Amino acid sequence: MIPVLFFVSVIIFVLINLVPGDAARLFLGEEAPPDALAALRRELGLDRPLYVQYLRWVGGMLHGDFGHSFKDNRQVLATVLQKVPVTAELAAAALLIAWAIAIPAGVLAAWRRRTAVDYFASAGALTGLSIPNFWLGIMLIYLFAVHLHWLPASGFVPPAEDLGRNLKSIVMPAFVLGVVLAAFVMRQLRSSMLEVLSADYVRTANAKGLGERVVLVRHALRNAVIPVITVMGIQLGTLLGGAVITETIFALPGLGRLAVESIYGRDYPMLEGVVIFSAFAILVINLMVDIVYSLIDPRIKLAGGTS
Amino acid sequence: MSLAVEALPGLRRRPAGRRGIQHLARRFAHNRLALGGLILFVLILLTALLAAWIAPASPIKTDFGAYLQPPGPRHLMGTDELGRDVLSRIIFGARASLEAGMISVGLGIAAGLPLGIVAGFYRGRLDDVLMRLTDAMLSFPQLILALAVAAVLGPGLAKAMIAIAVVLMPVFMRIMRAQVLTEREREYVDAARAMGAADRRIIWRHLLPNSLAPIVVQGSLNVAGAIITEATLSFLGLGTQPPTPSWGSMLNAAQQYLTQAPWMSFWPGVAIAVTVFAVNVAGDGLREIWDPRTR
Repeated sequence: MIPVLFFVSVIIFVLINLVPGDAARLFLGEEAPPDALAALRRELGLDRPLYVQYLRWVGGMLHGDFGHSFKDNRQVLATVLQKVPVTAELAAAALLIAWAIAIPAGVLAAWRRRTAVDYFASAGALTGLSIPNFWLGIMLIYLFAVHLHWLPASGFVPPAEDLGRNLKSIVMPAFVLGVVLAAFVMRQLRSSMLEVLSADYVRTANAKGLGERVVLVRHALRNAVIPVITVMGIQLGTLLGGAVITETIFALPGLGRLAVESIYGRDYPMLEGVVIFSAFAILVINLMVDIVYSLIDPRIKLAGGTS
Repeated sequence: MSLAVEALPGLRRRPAGRRGIQHLARRFAHNRLALGGLILFVLILLTALLAAWIAPASPIKTDFGAYLQPPGPRHLMGTDELGRDVLSRIIFGARASLEAGMISVGLGIAAGLPLGIVAGFYRGRLDDVLMRLTDAMLSFPQLILALAVAAVLGPGLAKAMIAIAVVLMPVFMRIMRAQVLTEREREYVDAARAMGAADRRIIWRHLLPNSLAPIVVQGSLNVAGAIITEATLSFLGLGTQPPTPSWGSMLNAAQQYLTQAPWMSFWPGVAIAVTVFAVNVAGDGLREIWDPRTR
């Protein structure tokens, strides 16, 4: 994990340094006097060699100093952390919706393989993967907010303030975010169910006269779901990437919207912070998933030293 | 000499991999659904190429006398805020989407393949470094990395395509590396080497053709994702720039007029969904043939 994080930081550093013009000019604007520019460059350490800048940047992050916003001088880390709960709630709700759709659909499709149920579920999943989520969001806003007035078109109410209104403000974005994931999970679950259903122990369970539902859920699903959870990291990446777009459309004050705002405002320290934080979050959660696995499934061992 | 060569398994005149691709193509033709997806995709491609002849009106000519008109006989999909014909813009917009889908995947393959071959064939330190690098790139959420690259490069279709290619590159690199790692241990490579073939010949004549099938499969599926990513970047204002029509930027402009002119938001999304669906169906067909377990 450490080498990966090292490369993550290098990639971001290189990327940001490819930006034409330097931080001092971006910060002070095009018409800044040259001596003020020089002073700020010295203050920010931009007059030092690149490797020194890199080491200072990484060193700062290790001490919790992610720098300051170009726009309003806010602390990057504090701002990022402040946005996390919104994105976390959105992602958790989306995950819940996704699994609630995908598990029954995946199990049914595999169980009733090559029937109308399977074709319907599989075609539905393919459609879910093909619909751009920002368009789905816009269409839902039109239907439920503009037309039916059931839900607010945008905005966010913190759960501590009013849970009911919080859920109302999160349900559409969570659904939009959950659909793609549901499609993805359903397809994986279906294929791993198919594999498991042809395994010997499932045949044995069937042969000894266990009810179909017991075999399906207790024997097949339990094993089939393992590889699906393993790709949690990919799902998390999809979620965070999707959060960028859903938060923008529904005006939720989360990480994704922060990323888009810092791109529009050319607020590179903030963008750096969001990107490195999301990469870090994905790595940490993947590591946790791996550890939980090695505890649940004794066949999986953690190899020492590898990422 | 030539007799002895013929007797060695897998060391025929024609490299085995061409047969792999041919096999893929033959089986694909028998998969009706996948073939349907491909035909639909070709139709959309033709629409994009022949846009100037098919479109009923100019995609950029404004008509302030006819702005925000609902769909009707004169404008089948209505008009936008500047009175431009939405149907014509959708037809011309296919160009940006298809270009982005195919070129960015092509670029990703062009960058990923050589690196994957080098890493898998020569192993060693370089391989370690390249692998950690791809680990790092893959640990970013794809869209966020694409956004960051696009933000650094600045707005524009070509830059958006580069951003997407950067994100796809590690995927192809890893597939190619894995493929080379298995192929290089095969007997025919030993045989070729025993006959004195140089590395370059082994790579070009044997490893590359034999490893193409999974790249084609993965690439076709990535075209679908790339089309959506381009639309997303354009929607956020980082892709295709006005007045050139693209489905993503049309959706961006349409957002303001959602209440008055919902058709402006409806049709570009349908266009994206249909195109991506066609590519996904075709790509799925290829994957099923390649990896029967997914059936």
